[in-house]
Amino acid sequence: MSEKMSVILFSGTADRLQAAATIVSGAAAMDVETHVFLTFWGLNAFRREQTKVPPPMSPEYGELGRAVGEMMIAKGVPSWRQLIAGAKDLGTVYVHACAMTMDLMGLAKEDLDPSVDDVIGVGTFIQLSEGGRTIFI
Amino acid sequence: MPLPVQREIDARGSFCPGPLMELIRAVRGSEVGDLIAVLSKDPGSRTDIPAWLKKAGHDLVAMEDEVGYTRFVARKVR
Repeated sequence: MSEKMSVILFSGTADRLQAAATIVSGAAAMDVETHVFLTFWGLNAFRREQTKVPPPMSPEYGELGRAVGEMMIAKGVPSWRQLIAGAKDLGTVYVHACAMTMDLMGLAKEDLDPSVDDVIGVGTFIQLSEGGRTIFI
Repeated sequence: MPLPVQREIDARGSFCPGPLMELIRAVRGSEVGDLIAVLSKDPGSRTDIPAWLKKAGHDLVAMEDEVGYTRFVARKVR
């Protein structure tokens, strides 16, 4: 088993954030060092002001997406934010914000969720992810 | 008769990978030799809990199927 995993989190829809956070939790549990690189909509979802508004489901699943979203709330599935916080608490998980997206959106580190560790360029992320597996969500 | 344990966690309300996470926390907070049970309704636990125990070097003592959930019993080895 590879002992390092990197997740490029590009998407900002609730279903994809949930899938990414669940996989990150599993990696943390299995003692795999995990690096999450937040870019574009993935980074947007980690803005502090976004915490008040739940992100939408992916539109391509239409009615089914909405139904699954409601089911997740009804069944008390922990939110992706809680999963990321729990994973960081349990294992070795780093959350990195993409410097380019920060610049594009006019954001500072203080504008982001406290689970974000630092702001790095893509080159640094490539270095950090070397020797492990990388997934794009 | 369920096996007597030092600690039992009811994680039947937790979703994947919640029961595993709760077990890991419990194992970390236990003494070597302790038996820890976790109750789970998450079907993923059936593969995840044995896989984690093996990787972390602890024993899976029992996996008991109850109605609607499974009771996993682990022994902290190290």
